[in-house]
Parts: sequence; structure tokens; C-alpha cells
Amino acid sequence: MATVPTSARVVVIGAGIVGNSLVWHLARLGWRDIVQIDKGPLPNPGGSTGHASNFIFPVDHSREITDLTMDSVAQYQEMGVFTQSGGLEIARTEERMEELRRRMSSARTWGIESELVTPEQVVEKVPFLEADQIVGAFWTPSVGVVDSLRAGTIMRERALAEGALTVVPNVEVVGLDVEDGPGGRRVTRIRTTGGDIEAETVVIACGVWSPRIARMAGAAIPLTPAVHQMISVGPCPQLAETAGEISFPIVRDMDTFCYERQHGADMEVGSYAHRPILWDPEDIPSIEQAKLSPTEMPFTEADFDPQLEQAFELMPDLLGADGAEIRYAINGLLSLTPDGWPVLGETPEVRGLWSAAAVWIKEGPGVGRAVAERMTHGHSEIDISHSDIARFHSHQRTRAHVRARTSEAFNKTYGIVHPGEQYESDRGQRLPPMHAQQVEQGAVFFEAAGWERPFWYESNAGLVDEYGDRVMPREHEWDARWWSPIINAEHLRMRETAGIVDLSAFAIFDVVGPGALEAVQTACVAQCDVGIGRVVYTPVLDAAGGFVSDLTVMRLANDRFRVVTGGAHGMVDRKWFADLAARTGTTAVVDLTSAYTTIGIWGPRARDVLSSLTAADMSHEAFAFGTCREIELDSMSVLASRISYVGELGWELYMPIEQGARLWSMLHGAGSERGAIPAGIGVYGTTGRIEKGYRAFGAELDAERSIVEAGMARPKVKGHDFVGRDAYLKQRDADPATVLCTLTVDDHTSASGIKRYMLGGEPILTRDGGELIDDHGDRPYVTSAGSAPSLGKHVLLAYLPPAQAALGTELAVSYMEELYPVTIGSIDATPLFDPDNDRIRS
Amino acid sequence: MSNVLVCLKRVPDSSGEVLLTPDGQGVDGRYVGFTISNHELCAVELAVQIAAATGGQASVLTLGPAEAADQLRSALSLGCTAATHVVADPTGFGPGDVSVEIAAVVRDHEAAGRAHDLVLLGNDAADSGDFQVGIRLAYALDRPVAAGVSHCEVVDDVALGRGEGPVGQDTYELPLPAVLTVLEGGVEPRYPTVSGRMKAKRVQIEERSPAHVERRGPQRVALTLPPPVPNQVQILGQGPAAADAVRQVLVDLGVAR
Repeated sequence: MATVPTSARVVVIGAGIVGNSLVWHLARLGWRDIVQIDKGPLPNPGGSTGHASNFIFPVDHSREITDLTMDSVAQYQEMGVFTQSGGLEIARTEERMEELRRRMSSARTWGIESELVTPEQVVEKVPFLEADQIVGAFWTPSVGVVDSLRAGTIMRERALAEGALTVVPNVEVVGLDVEDGPGGRRVTRIRTTGGDIEAETVVIACGVWSPRIARMAGAAIPLTPAVHQMISVGPCPQLAETAGEISFPIVRDMDTFCYERQHGADMEVGSYAHRPILWDPEDIPSIEQAKLSPTEMPFTEADFDPQLEQAFELMPDLLGADGAEIRYAINGLLSLTPDGWPVLGETPEVRGLWSAAAVWIKEGPGVGRAVAERMTHGHSEIDISHSDIARFHSHQRTRAHVRARTSEAFNKTYGIVHPGEQYESDRGQRLPPMHAQQVEQGAVFFEAAGWERPFWYESNAGLVDEYGDRVMPREHEWDARWWSPIINAEHLRMRETAGIVDLSAFAIFDVVGPGALEAVQTACVAQCDVGIGRVVYTPVLDAAGGFVSDLTVMRLANDRFRVVTGGAHGMVDRKWFADLAARTGTTAVVDLTSAYTTIGIWGPRARDVLSSLTAADMSHEAFAFGTCREIELDSMSVLASRISYVGELGWELYMPIEQGARLWSMLHGAGSERGAIPAGIGVYGTTGRIEKGYRAFGAELDAERSIVEAGMARPKVKGHDFVGRDAYLKQRDADPATVLCTLTVDDHTSASGIKRYMLGGEPILTRDGGELIDDHGDRPYVTSAGSAPSLGKHVLLAYLPPAQAALGTELAVSYMEELYPVTIGSIDATPLFDPDNDRIRS
Repeated sequence: MSNVLVCLKRVPDSSGEVLLTPDGQGVDGRYVGFTISNHELCAVELAVQIAAATGGQASVLTLGPAEAADQLRSALSLGCTAATHVVADPTGFGPGDVSVEIAAVVRDHEAAGRAHDLVLLGNDAADSGDFQVGIRLAYALDRPVAAGVSHCEVVDDVALGRGEGPVGQDTYELPLPAVLTVLEGGVEPRYPTVSGRMKAKRVQIEERSPAHVERRGPQRVALTLPPPVPNQVQILGQGPAAADAVRQVLVDLGVAR
């Protein structure tokens, strides 16, 4: 057995599926002097990998998770540890059948063969199921099981064979040393029970223990160990005669939140239906203290009893067979995060300290590859930005938040989750200064990065009658869930008069110091070496030319730039700029999110409203689009920035947070006489934006998309170097592999006669339902969907194959397994509404 | 027809490292969970077999906190069909107190026409190590008792108990009603079945309060742990090179030739 070396290029803590995948992919990418340690023995050190049920259903509504899963399956197959079994997701209710139809959309979008099947077809595949319990099912032939422990061993051995790796089991981490340096703290040393290792790069791949290890360095990995109950029943005579580990498809009994998976002569029944049972990472027993393994906690029978009955309903002959006993039952620990995504990447607190945690077996090897690529190149082939550890705001790192959100989400593991669904727990974390006024205005709050943001205002309900059918009412409950026709009414009124929008959820940070220009120029694609008082909208790219973000930059002084970006992604952007600023050695990034609040006012009367409150010259000539300056509104000094995300004349107004309530009142006081109304984020984020074809990060823009494909290329590229410049220049010279287009739905009528409205994520097909594939090999899907009330159309954005990307091309969108005709209205950034942008520049 | 009563104690599972509670009065089950000891699981198995063989009923009893109902349900899922729960914090009960409480239940059941002609207990408590309850219970009920049996059957109102004695196998014949304490090793306890577990859930557990207020208590000063046993692990080698050594171990154990 190897002993702990005194130094390493990189130390990977953990020998579960993630740590093992990482050491292999690091070795493959040329890393040497890799040290992997685990406190447990090999090949099963006692973490969650050791008790995983090891099955993989490839279809997920998320592209990121599906891509990681598909990549993992390919890796498992290459290693010869994947056994295809097929899988059935069973509906016992009509509501679930509708969800399975939605799942078909995702399967079509990601190009995974799946079909909806009848109860008779289900029983044909799995004869011991009771057909009368089943309404239908979603059948995926490519479902299978893996040997995750064997895969881990293979990957470790490959790294060892490369001479790249030293593996030391049975060694526990007792400390992580960090030192202050330029650009913040960085990890320098890892202390273990086998001795200290000097290392400037350390990866925490410790699953449920990760928070405990990260805390040793003063960093946070916000996840919680949570119980997933599983029993194994056998020997079942129906299974005993079959060959190998699995010969029947895996069954997910979706409405009871359970799965049933054959394992030799036994049937494993797992549950996500019991009460959330959370553990503290500090309370997980040691290997010596644990009965089975530290992550196989004592089974609490009473929690499982209801699932036992439901499983018995579905397969009575099998589970009730003579001799079939409950031979194994555990409360298995796995990792849950407050938003359900993995926690990947370099920690924002400590340079050189990486996290690869909260990963399921189905994503393990894919995550190992992606994180290794990011450690090597700074970007990965599969975009993992949703999983970036830097995404968490400070309150989201707290134990209380993690517990609240994971408790709420646990029973949704197999749930039917609407794309607009809001969390109910731990709300009200961040309240803008005008919150009390918004409550009086009947605001319906959605959450963004912990902020309570009005999505629409019930006080505007009267406008719905006023506009009648122009608000495009939605008949179907699913389409209208987490939505209101008031949004469209607010939109129409904004375009007639003005809308006042709370934008407090923006993340705001200043880049300050002698190297500020250099840092900003390096980060941003657009020319930022501009005059003081200019506002620049810019993409931010990674070295491969994929989007890291899009945001606005205001030059406030020679050495001060203010970056304004979306709250959801703001912390990642802050780290990106802070890392670039640190390189200059003279520049700081200062987070001002909690110092300023932002209110937008847009619409034809926006200038009148503001002019009534200020002596400043707000005319088009004096206050040009794309500029900002301080103006006085009564006794307040406000930074006004003339830009728009809704395609109207107007300004964003930034003021100290303690004055936000006053400004909100002043704007409404002056605005109401001129017909201005409060407008929610439904207008700002969807209807106003989509009429203008504005792209949103996380929907149209991500690391797998280019500026050229998004139709956002400007005539010239600035001379100053910036991250991704070389890649971007190449992209400009090549034909795009896919083209972002704007489509309108020509007819909403479903077979039942009810008009349906797509919500996003649906596949785009030929008019008669044929498959489309772009030059990346990807299938087109709706990246954003929303009403365009000024056009009276439902608008969809989608990347389409270049051959189809022509104005007027007639295609179809598949929604809940029905086709609806759509037509391309724009093949670049030209908006459907006000294509010449006269309103913005009025 | 023999109606057997099995007495159980909710105890921490002792298969991991044993931890004591801070006051030294008990074993901390935080990580290992709570269970039925192996002696008592064997007693349940014997009771279920005897009930089946004689057309009688196997009942189960515990004295413990509300959570001890979990152990009663476990026994019910293994084939017992009735359960009595004397709900009490067991830390205030010594072996004498427990035997008095069990005797009260046996007498009350007899008065209600549900006599238990055979009472089985574990040979000793897995957490506190007491060996007394069975003997004291027999004394309280004025019944014959045999301790440390691992097999038992009932033939013609006689309980036949067998166990390993100091010089060979001991066999006891006890006229019913009688008391036996059971050592693990004679029978293989079964696992629950899914339908057994479902049936167990539907059984109404008889809940009682302790019959007596006066108690002597455990009179225990504190539990202590023995010094840790040095690691006995011997590394036989690595990879294919270790195959011969592994084979030799299996041969020495008598499980391979």
C-alpha cells in the first residue's frame, strides 16, 4: 500500500464514483503527480457509491443533466460495466400521463429513443406487474444498470497505469491549510492522518462528507446528507431463474415516488416518498461506529410501510411470493442540494480548492470529465454552469437554507414539477426597500436569488377586462399555472404609457483600481474602453468562445466600472471578474448588490414621468441611449442609465438602497397621472424581452452557444485581447452550425379543441413531425416561450439547422405529444416588434 | 395448542463500535439504530414455530419507550400475532422491576382468558448484560424455568428445551406453564416478508402503563467499555499473488478443501 507523499500537483479527496472519474480524466488530460486519498478501504470506501442502486434513466428535462448522463453512459459502456435493461416510468394517474407526454418532449429534444406504452405493453415486458394499477408508461429501452464500484476501480487503475496517480486508502483528512495571497486565500496543504501533503490544488469529491471537509478551509459546499430508503426482497421465484444481475426492465412507479429494480433473485424497492430525513455531515458515524457502512444508516421501518403497501399493489405475486423476505433494508445517505443541482468547480472562497459533490451515479463519469476539463482548460465540453459552486449567494450556503429547501424538494424527486414552480420554504430572505409598497399593490412574488420579486400585480387586474382577448388568456390549467393574464395586460399598458419595474435582484459589482480597464477589457467582448458615462452591453466568453454571461458595464470613472448582471448568475460572474482582476494585482471587485437598488421605468411616457421629477435634461439629444449619469430627483441623487430590455424608451435608476422606497413612491406619484403602472418581471423577463428577441443567459445563451449562432455578432471585433477572442474569430469565419431563430405559433388548437401554449423545452420538428438535426448533431428545442401581446402571438425562440433558418419557413412544435404549426419570423437579432428600434431611440 | 409469549427489549444494535451514553447508564444507538437482540430474535423464531406446530398463538411483549413499538412491529412481521407494550422509560427499571411488570401482564392475560402457557425470554439483555429477568419472572409466577436453551418444542403440555451444557447437550422437560430463556444459535431467525410487514402494521398493540409504582431501579453505577481490542486484521497480500494465502485461510476455516 502506498504511503502519503509529502507533495502533489493535485490531491483528490474521495474514491467514490466522482473521485475515481476525476483522477482518470485528469491523468488523461496530462496531469501527473495526482494523489487520491480516502478514509475508507478500497474498492468500497463506505460512501454513497457503495450502496447506490446503480441504475440510469437517461431522460431528464434538463439538458445539462441529460448530457452529463449520456456522457457517463458512454463511459460506463466503454468500460464494459453497463447492462442495458430498459426502463418503465409508470403512471397510475392521468395527471402523470400528461407529465409523461412532457417527458416525451424532452426525450425527442435530446434524441433519446422513448415511447409511451399501454398497460398491456407494460405487462408484456414485466409480467409480474398488475395491469389494473397502471394507466400507461414511458418506455426507454436504453435504461440500464452499472457496476459503479468496478468502474471506479478501472478508472483508478488506468490512471495508475499512466504513472499519473498515487492512491492511499484508509487515510483521513484532518485539516486544509490556506494562506492569504494576491487575489485572496488559496489552499497550500492538506493534513491527513497519514501525514501532510503540500498541494496547490485540492478537489473535494467526498459526497455527503464534502461540507465538513470544505469547512476546514473556510469554504462552503452547500449540501446535506439525506436518507433514501431502500429494501431488497428475495429470493423471488420469478427472478431466481433468470440469468445475470438484471433481466427485467427497471420500473419507476412515479406516482408513489418508488422504484423497483431487479438485482439477481431479489427485487430492490427504493423510495423518495418518505418524510425528509436529513443528517448533519458532522453526525455521520465513523467506519468503526457504523453497523454496515457510514452511509448505510439503520432502517426506520415505519417510514417505509406506506411504500411497501404501494409496491405490493403493483407487484403482489412477486413481493408476496413464498420465501421472499426483506433481506436487506437501509436508510442510505445521499447528497441533496438546495436547488437540486450538483456543486462543481473552484470554490469562490479559496483558490485552488475545488468541489465535485452532490453527483449521482448516472452523472459521475461525465462530471469527472467536465470538472477535469475545467481544471485543465477553464471550460468544459459539456456546459456545467447550472452546477457551478460559485452560484450560491451567502444565505444559500447556510445550513438552515439547505435543510429547508432539500426538505421541500425531497418528495419532488419523482414529482411533477412545473417549470415555473416556486419554492415555498425559506422565502422572504431578501426584500427590496419597496417591498411593503409592493405588498399593498398586490404583488405576486416569485423568487430570484433569494429576492422576492413581483411577477405581476393584482392591482392591475382591472386591465385584463380592459384589454379583453388581447391578454391572450390560457384555457389549460397547466399552461396557466404560475402565470397570469395580468402580465400581458401590464405589458400592453407599458407599451402605451409606462411600466415601473423593480430590478433589485440585479447583482451589482464595481471593478476598481489601476488595472480595472485591463480586467474589464479582458473579460468583455464589447469595447469597454469608452468614455466615462457610457453603458456597454456585452457578452462574456470562455476561452472556447462559449457564453459565460451577458451583462452591462457602466464606465463611471477611468478606474471604475460598474457591472450589472442577473441575480441568478451574479455570483458566478463576480468570481469570473474577480479572478481576472486578481491577475492585474492592482484591481479589486467590490460587491455593491446590497448597497444599491434598481428601478426601471420604460414606455412612451417614461421621459415625461422622470422630467416631472428632475431638472435634468432627459431629452433624446441630451441623454442618449447607452449612456448613464447622475441626476437629481428631488433631494435624491440617482444614477440613471438609458438602456432597455423591453424595447422601450426608458431608464434604469440606481440609488442607495435606503432611498429605494422613496423613489418607488415618487415614480408612482408622478407616474399614475401619466398612466404608468407597476409592471412585474413577467413583462421584463418574458413578454417585453421576447417581442424584442432579446436573448437570456441560461436560456438562449450558454457555454455551448456562440455569439455567431446567437445572431449577436457585431460588424467589428475590438483589437484588445479578451477571453475567447481567438475562438470567436474562428467562429466568425465559419458558417454557423445552428442559428437562433424567432418563431410564432400559427394555431394553438389541440385535438380536444383547447388552445395550448408552450412553456419552453419543446422540440421543433418539420411541419409534418419529422426530426430536425443541426450541424452540431443537436435537435432544436424551444429555449424561451412567451406571449407577445403587442403582436397577438405566442413567440418561441429556438436554435435551428441552418438549412431551415429562413424567414417564413413553416415548421411545427410538439407540445404534450401534439403538433402545432409554427413559422419563422426572424433568423437573427431582428425583433418581431419594432424591428427598427424606433421606440428605444425616441 | 400452545400460546407462547416472547419478551423483547429495544436495544441498540451492537454490530458496530459500541458507544455509551454520557451518563454511562446505557448504550448510544445513534449510529447503529435500535433492534431486537439475536437471543430474542431466536426466541421469536421458536415461538412462531411452536405456535405453528401446536395451532397456538405467538404473542410479544416489551417494556420500553413509545419507540419500542418498532420492535413489536418487527416481531409481528415475523409471525407473532398479538403484542403488548408496557409504555415506560426503561432506565428506571431494574431486572426485578421488569419481571414484576411482565408477571402482571401474564396474570392479567390469564384472567382475560388469554393464558400464556410458555414464556420465552432472551438469555440476557444485549445492552445492560442483565441475566435475571427470566429467573425472577419464573419465581414471580411460580413456574419452572430453564435458562440458556437454544431449541424448544412443545409436546403434550411439556416444553422440551435443549441447549449446550458444560459437558454436552442438556435437555430439559418442563411441565407447562413454564418459562425458558433462549440463547442464539439453535435456530435461524427468519427475515420479515412484505406481506408479514403489512399484516404487522394492522395489528392493534395493547398499550399499558406499569402496574407498580414502587421500583428498586437498576442500581447500576455505570457501564464501562472494555479496552479496545487491537486490530486483528492481517493483510494476506495484494492482487492475484494473494490467491494462495486466501485459499489457505478458507481451508483452515473448513469452508474449502
